[in-house]
Amino acid sequence: MKKTYLYSALSAATLAASAFSPAAFAERGADGHLNIIYWQAVSILNPYLSGGTKDIEASSLIVEPLGRYDEEGNLQPWLVDEIPTVANGGVSEDFKSITWKITEGIKWSDGTDFTADDVVFTANYCMDPTGGCQQLEKFSDIESIEAIDALTVKITFTVAKPSPYGPFTGGESPVLQKAQFADCMGAKAPGCTEQNFGPHGTGPFTVSSFRANDVVTMEANTHYRDENKPAFASLTFKGGGDAASAARAVLETGEFDYAWNLQIDPTVLSQMESAGKGKVVSSYGTSVERLMVNATNPDPALGELRGTVEGGPHPYLSDPAVRKALSLAIDRATIVEIGYGSGGQATCNVLPAPTVYASTANDDCLVQDVAQAKALLDEAGWVVGSDGVRAKDGVRISILFQTSTNAVRQDTQALIKQWWKDIGVETELRNIDGAVFFGGDQSSPDTFQKFFADIEMYTNNFNGTDPETYMGNWACDKIPSPANNWLGGNMPRYCNPEYDALLAKMAKTSAIEERGEIAKQLNDFLMRDGAIIPLVHRGRVSAHANSLMGIKHNAWDSEIWNAADWTRAK
Amino acid sequence: MTKSSTASQKHRSLWSDVWAQYRTHKGALIGTVVFSSIVLAVALGPFIHTIDPTLLDIRAKNQGPSFLHPMGTDQLGRDTLAQVMAGGRVSLAVGVTAMLLSMLVGTAVGVLAGYFKRLDGLLMRLTDLFLALPLLPLLLVVIMLFRDTLRGMFGPEMGIFLLIVFVIGITSWMQTARIVRGDVLSLKEREFVLAARSIGTPDRRIVRRHVLPNVMSPIMVSATLGIASAIITESALSFLGLGFPSDFPTWGRLLYDGTNFMTLSPSRVLWPGLAISLTVLSVNYMGDGLRDALDPRIRGR
Amino acid sequence: MFTYTLRRTLIAIPTLLAISFIIFALLDLAPNDPTGNLPMTIPPEVREKIRISLGLGEPMHVRYVLWLKQFFINEPLNIIEQWFGTTIGDSENRLRVQSWSTRSPVVDLIVERMPQTLWVVGMSYVLGILIAVPIGVISAYKQYSWFDQIGTFVSMIGFSVPTFFTGVLLIIVFSVKLQWFPSIYDTNHRVTDWASLGFQIKQMFLPVLVLALYNAAQLTRFMRASMLDNLGQDYVRTARAKGMSEKIVLLVHVLRNSLIPVVTVIALSIPQVFSGAIITEQIFRVNGLGQLLIIGIQGADIPLVQTLTFIFAVLIVFFNLIADILYGILDPRIRYD
Repeated sequence: MKKTYLYSALSAATLAASAFSPAAFAERGADGHLNIIYWQAVSILNPYLSGGTKDIEASSLIVEPLGRYDEEGNLQPWLVDEIPTVANGGVSEDFKSITWKITEGIKWSDGTDFTADDVVFTANYCMDPTGGCQQLEKFSDIESIEAIDALTVKITFTVAKPSPYGPFTGGESPVLQKAQFADCMGAKAPGCTEQNFGPHGTGPFTVSSFRANDVVTMEANTHYRDENKPAFASLTFKGGGDAASAARAVLETGEFDYAWNLQIDPTVLSQMESAGKGKVVSSYGTSVERLMVNATNPDPALGELRGTVEGGPHPYLSDPAVRKALSLAIDRATIVEIGYGSGGQATCNVLPAPTVYASTANDDCLVQDVAQAKALLDEAGWVVGSDGVRAKDGVRISILFQTSTNAVRQDTQALIKQWWKDIGVETELRNIDGAVFFGGDQSSPDTFQKFFADIEMYTNNFNGTDPETYMGNWACDKIPSPANNWLGGNMPRYCNPEYDALLAKMAKTSAIEERGEIAKQLNDFLMRDGAIIPLVHRGRVSAHANSLMGIKHNAWDSEIWNAADWTRAK
Repeated sequence: MTKSSTASQKHRSLWSDVWAQYRTHKGALIGTVVFSSIVLAVALGPFIHTIDPTLLDIRAKNQGPSFLHPMGTDQLGRDTLAQVMAGGRVSLAVGVTAMLLSMLVGTAVGVLAGYFKRLDGLLMRLTDLFLALPLLPLLLVVIMLFRDTLRGMFGPEMGIFLLIVFVIGITSWMQTARIVRGDVLSLKEREFVLAARSIGTPDRRIVRRHVLPNVMSPIMVSATLGIASAIITESALSFLGLGFPSDFPTWGRLLYDGTNFMTLSPSRVLWPGLAISLTVLSVNYMGDGLRDALDPRIRGR
Repeated sequence: MFTYTLRRTLIAIPTLLAISFIIFALLDLAPNDPTGNLPMTIPPEVREKIRISLGLGEPMHVRYVLWLKQFFINEPLNIIEQWFGTTIGDSENRLRVQSWSTRSPVVDLIVERMPQTLWVVGMSYVLGILIAVPIGVISAYKQYSWFDQIGTFVSMIGFSVPTFFTGVLLIIVFSVKLQWFPSIYDTNHRVTDWASLGFQIKQMFLPVLVLALYNAAQLTRFMRASMLDNLGQDYVRTARAKGMSEKIVLLVHVLRNSLIPVVTVIALSIPQVFSGAIITEQIFRVNGLGQLLIIGIQGADIPLVQTLTFIFAVLIVFFNLIADILYGILDPRIRYD
């Protein structure tokens, strides 16, 4: 059954290829089988029910958005003729609506036509309040979404959106087929196992078998819009294990062709690469590994007021000199060398990319300066005591430094502890299981939102290329507190009216250069006040077999976004 | 006290007999020597090899054995020998204490359940419960509830030590309990126990004099295996962020961290692995010798 | 014995209910959260909505009763429907126990993963027992012979070196350097003929080796110790004095009486076959029940972990009962009534 199906597809493709494009491209399915390994296994292929990166990337082979970000971070038309802008009339002058025009002739993998109705349906599917949609953020502030005709969709927003590209761009919000998911709205969404495990799509592959948290097998989509693609007839998408063994399977044993997210010791990785079976690739998006500096007092003696603004300022971290000194004592280049290799760059900004938003005002932190750090502390009156730890008025600089459990993070912690020791700062390290640390459980004292420590370290980034929401994390009203159930993104409890005013200005500005200037200023505020100490601009690191061609590693969208173009070298 | 001293004048005391038998057991002697050397090495070693195990030296990372670093260094340039010695203190302490705790609970539950029929049902259902509890969520809960209290009472290191010993102890006694119970069930129907009971020996003495000595060998085996499991479980805990801070070396953790560097610097996994194996082996032989020495039938031979 | 078995079975019901409640309470109390592993780009407000859509807004006892209903009523009904092809009541809207991370019925996931776990973990226990019993018997019979010494040495090393290390070591030697065996298990592989059986054996070889070494090590020690205890007993001397052959004395009398601790260890291990081997399954990507459980725990997937652990608890109670019955057969003096 499976074979004959494939066979007919193959012969059809051969015919088409010989008729129209003599030997320019390989025909569909000519390169056989592709093996991909994601060490976090795929749980589900519906990105609206799982925001996990692995699930989004696996489903990006099957379902597609209207526009995708390419490897440079530019928005590219994907299922549409062009990206709507004010210039081409796709975006209204008041930035309150956007109109997408779908390319003609796109078909779902079951052979039916892809229409505007599917797009409208998908938005309603996610916005259903009982569905628990995980990409709801993408659909915020939508007033209405309507199909003007079979190939035109108009989205109207309740507020002016200088960057109206939230819905249906990037791997997080692809279009689902209305016919397939019509009975899966709202509370019924989780019950549709069959649909969630095998969505129909417009992408280059379709699911042939799915084993949750284990392995997915896919075949080339016979209705894919480019009749010569994909070059691979089938693929296996295996999951499980850890990053090191995934790297080994590509670089050393050659069992797999592509491995994702290889955050392992760079020395070990380059040793594996030297086996000669594959290459390590990396690309940079907006991820920054940073230290959050607590502005409030995490002392357990404060009881209910612990870690809140009402509990009062931090005993020593509220001193700007201490914050500055802590940053100066860190040698970011060494952290990169030890923990990240080609997957990281030292950075002094919390907003390192895209270029138009990246500030250069703080770059002096790239050079470690222990002497100046010491001088700063001396000047501010923090004197080294008999125990080698600086103190002032009986307050010792003894830091509780927490992060999530991860080998690279623990190495970074050890390095920083030593540098801080050199300037007379005592550090106690703590690492917390990721599911607890990032989990936000109300009853747990160990979440990154409660931040019952002095310094915490993790990575954050934003989807797409517009930083407005991201920079909005550090507004006064985003401070986590018992009043808002500790929900809020402002972990350092940074509060500066000037910053908030600048944010409000950004929401009203549309010219890209101006927005860039504001974003830089916002970033510089955070850096100057020492609320955040950025460490490393992190890239995505993957590996692929030498024989695999056409990879354009992408940090702005699903990194296997162009799998349709991949081929195998003969 | 006086009774035993007068007894020792008449005939040799029990313990000198046991010691005499123990000395004839070659394996036990070698085991004792090896184990004592390991204990001595981790206790006194840091006074001879004085490098701080947490000191980083980036320029000397991933080095092979040298005069300065006899066991090489790790990816942050920490000295492996110093780490193995510092880790040994923790691992031995955790391994032995947790094992003792688990043996104590396991033997008590096993003997009580096997000997007293009234307690059997209740204690065995409790054992079933503990066997069924998922370890990881249990740990998360225990850590969440008690870490800060213990940290406040005993300081960060001692607090975590107590927590880890407690957690490993209470989650590893069940196998011992069930094995001991199985043996006791069979033992209490044997002739010598029936005889003891028929002459009115109180239960407490029957258990101590007749039952316990006869279940020594499975307990010894469990104890030996228990040390190994405790050392390895501890490494799993600290790896998950539930144990000691990450810059606090232990044998299990050194082995775990070194696994990915196996081909790069083999000495990183060789030494901690060897240390764990040697400890377990030597404890095993010591247990063998002790069991033989305590067995009056063998001692008489 | 029959009334004892019956009574134990009846007691098992309230016991298991109590265990299921304690496990549920424990999972609920644990501070990990189902949204913990999602990317940071998903804002806190959306996370809160996700939690509510999973039912986490309800109080704990309501969720527990819901699970009881789903597990004890809806799941059996579903099985009956599948077997007989009938429909009972409103089967369209009857919710089965759903995993949070995959949004699919937990029981289906478990059924999907049984084959690889039984192949790999089950086989390693069978192999472990087959190796351990004879080695234990010979080691005890020839105590302190070279065979015994080597056996002790190998088994203690086997037990004291953790599987996370041996697994990676074997991969580096056999998969990377020699390229004899695959390092990644293919769960889609079906055994249909000799060639595919050959591949199955090849891909099982390394994980089974790691696990069997570990299991055999432990069992050998108990077998040996127990045999040694019994070899010194009076009945052995009597049997020998009666002129029985050494083979009969050893294999009939001593072995039978030495089996009690071994039976206990095996009875404790069989449920562990079903709980999988978490570390080994991860290293070789066998992706069986052990991997399912650990993913569930890491993702705070309460329905999944609750169901898996409960099935595990049922097996523990059941096999401990079997062990108790076997004690009575091995040693007829043991009475429970």
